[in-house]
Amino acid sequence: MLRYIPARDLSRFPKLAQSMFLDRTAQFADRLGWPVQVGPDGGERDEYDALDPVYVIWERRDGGHGGSMRFLPTTGRTMVDDHFSDLVQGAKIKSPYIWECTRFCLAPDASAGVAPALMLGGLELGLRQGLSHAIGVFDARMIRVYRRLGWPAAPMGRRGEGTNAIMAGMWDFDPAHRAALLRRARVSAELSEHWWRRSMDALDLTEAV
Amino acid sequence: MQSLVEPFLDELQNVKTLDELNQQIGTLRDKLDVEHLVYHSVNSTGDQYAALTYNPEWVDRYIEQDYARLDPVVQGCYRRFVPVDWKDLDWTGKAQREFLIEAIDSGVGNQGFSVPIRGPNGQFAMVTISHTATDELWQLYTQERSRTLILLAHFINQKALEIERGTDVVALKNLSPRETDSVRMIALGYSRAQAADALSISEHTLRVYLESARFKLGALNTTHAIARAMSLGLIVI
Repeated sequence: MLRYIPARDLSRFPKLAQSMFLDRTAQFADRLGWPVQVGPDGGERDEYDALDPVYVIWERRDGGHGGSMRFLPTTGRTMVDDHFSDLVQGAKIKSPYIWECTRFCLAPDASAGVAPALMLGGLELGLRQGLSHAIGVFDARMIRVYRRLGWPAAPMGRRGEGTNAIMAGMWDFDPAHRAALLRRARVSAELSEHWWRRSMDALDLTEAV
Repeated sequence: MQSLVEPFLDELQNVKTLDELNQQIGTLRDKLDVEHLVYHSVNSTGDQYAALTYNPEWVDRYIEQDYARLDPVVQGCYRRFVPVDWKDLDWTGKAQREFLIEAIDSGVGNQGFSVPIRGPNGQFAMVTISHTATDELWQLYTQERSRTLILLAHFINQKALEIERGTDVVALKNLSPRETDSVRMIALGYSRAQAADALSISEHTLRVYLESARFKLGALNTTHAIARAMSLGLIVI
């Protein structure tokens, strides 16, 4: 199932959180060979995880991580501003309606439905708070993956060639994408709504405050 | 709605003190045509500041009873990242039910809608509107306005932070050359497709630049952003 969890609430889902950071190590350090920081617990974290992002996470039946994405509003610090400004022609993109999506990650043995479900989760996150766009920096090969998943990214800029190429792109939060993503994720609109409500209601539990 | 709020944003630009901000909150409340508007901010060291239209006795009572510790709006907003209707919060506790009755008796209204904002360095704020209305009417009202409220909430928070921090705040109005170009082309009457073409960027990219420029200019829409950019001398056409 999909969960929408702000970073300050992650500690309430210890198994999910721990396996997410481990799977990020597997993907970004081990598989892609990016120069990322791996902590003493074996999990990959960076400075943006400390800025209270919102995670969209696919939780497996056993409570472990199946896949995830990280969202930050562009009103605060973003990766594209700090490190990839050349990909957006030097623009410092700032708007409460534009959020940055980073660290799209799949567990090594994730089933085929997880990636489209995550895209659906990203769309829900934006539509339900009236956002206009998401921006992100990704491995250039992902552009085809996003298209196949049913919600194409529009390219904004590119750096490098071949397998090393990275790209900045944007997604528009248009309700018209929902039907295609629901279909590809094999999820009904009602179930998607239920997952969203469940996450929002979980934020009301006051025992940890 | 937009034409009502635009003059508010123009006046907000000129606000220099918290007193003036408080006045503007009252003005905006009238324009939004709701009973109350509240801006409440807590910084990382726990300092609080509020600009609001509630009656002063209720504010005193709230502070004296330290109701923030049980208020579902404060507790719920602190954890949330999307705007929330008060009906979606958890009022089932005995203390919360009693608190709600007292709040309604004090003229807060039976309906509310709050926008949480996360500012820099752990700062947290929320902007709330409250009113007396039926569920149906309130839903229509908030649906129509929630997007604008998000924007207003950010602009108000930015202004409050600017006042608090004084002159060392970096002006947001620093548009990048591409953002300036994008605004200029639209100001010159180009369509989005034509402007994108002339700037050799995709139309999607242009839309992101325009949206970002609009926010940096403290404007509600593209037309308003053009007017702002011109009056600030950022673009000449």
